[in-house]
Amino acid sequence: MASYRNYVMAQTLEEAYALNQKKSSVIVAGNMWLRMCGLKKQTAIDLSRLGLDKIEEREDAFVIGSMASLRDVETHAGLNACFGGVFARAFAPIVGTQFRRGATIGGSEYSRFGFSDVSAVLLALDTRVVLYKRGEVPLSQYQTEAWDRDILTHIVIPKGRTAAVESVRLSATDIPILVCAASVGADGLRLVLGARPARAMIVAEGMKPEADAAAFEEIAQRTAFGSNLRASEEYRRKVAPVLMLRAAMNCIAAGEEERA
Amino acid sequence: MMEIRFTLNGRAVTAMAEADDSLYTVLRGLGISSVKCGCETTNCGLCTVHMDGQAVLSCSIPAPRCEGHSIVTLEGLQEEAKALGGCLADEGAEQCGFCAPGLMMNVLALAKENPAATDEEIDAYLAGNLCRCSGYMSQRRAVKKYLAMAAGEVRA
Repeated sequence: MASYRNYVMAQTLEEAYALNQKKSSVIVAGNMWLRMCGLKKQTAIDLSRLGLDKIEEREDAFVIGSMASLRDVETHAGLNACFGGVFARAFAPIVGTQFRRGATIGGSEYSRFGFSDVSAVLLALDTRVVLYKRGEVPLSQYQTEAWDRDILTHIVIPKGRTAAVESVRLSATDIPILVCAASVGADGLRLVLGARPARAMIVAEGMKPEADAAAFEEIAQRTAFGSNLRASEEYRRKVAPVLMLRAAMNCIAAGEEERA
Repeated sequence: MMEIRFTLNGRAVTAMAEADDSLYTVLRGLGISSVKCGCETTNCGLCTVHMDGQAVLSCSIPAPRCEGHSIVTLEGLQEEAKALGGCLADEGAEQCGFCAPGLMMNVLALAKENPAATDEEIDAYLAGNLCRCSGYMSQRRAVKKYLAMAAGEVRA
């Protein structure tokens, strides 16, 4: 269990940022995973009073506060109308409704978990993260960076792509063995693989939007997978082309439906 | 120690908490015995309470975050608990009973959010409430019966 000496309800982002510059501090978002990490810290910094739980629809993008819950995102009518309903489908297998009401999108993305359904979907959608000091950073870049002491305040998802997601799990609500998110936009088909088990990554971009089984097989052969207690590297490599095929077919169909 | 003020089952309370205490720990300290911790991994749903009307896992809510909020446990919903408990008993869904309070809190949240839930929607909504005895079929029947009762379609 996590252990703290002080618990600070931050009143401003500047206060949270200043406190977080010490290695003895930690930001508390949803606290679903953090509470189990066995961390011993001097100061826990709570962001829940900073109004970061809003989802705003702009003309060209959705701006999601980092403290919005996965349940907020999953049930947001505007988000689901815009991206082929991918959020409802992608987040539904994550533990349970109460868990998803606690888990935050910012906490999920800052942590860049190697088992994350969330990261895979967001990567497929040209997402940018907004950091308090650094400003906007493409998620594809953020995914490759080390954890730092800046504060993730918002997630920006531009409109314009339609996405679909497929995952395989040992049992319902468990952490996934493998996740594939696919999206189609003006530049063609993009594929993301997550829970490899490692941080989600874009494995193909600019492909012709068609269900090309041979191409998906080739992508699986050159993608790095690993083994853990849920599945072996070989199993993941075998399953990956199937998930890519299904996700691609579903997002191409959803795109056609949205244009019709 | 920190002083935390919140509303518990309609009454204003003040509790003392350590910086790393959860809402679950505070509630147990206040004598709320319906709330249980079954997994230590934020997964089982046994510790479910309503925070500002929404079902949450009290084991994951930092106690200081509850300042000024409304918390409701099964102790505060006796009338609904009696009706739902009757449905669970009638359908043979109660076996060891350990998971029942958390399940009931989530069913009562479902009844407010989606009173006409289909079987699929019931299963999806309650997926985070684990039961090691029942196999879930009897629970689903009980939930459907309760939702129908709550909607006034069936009189108890």
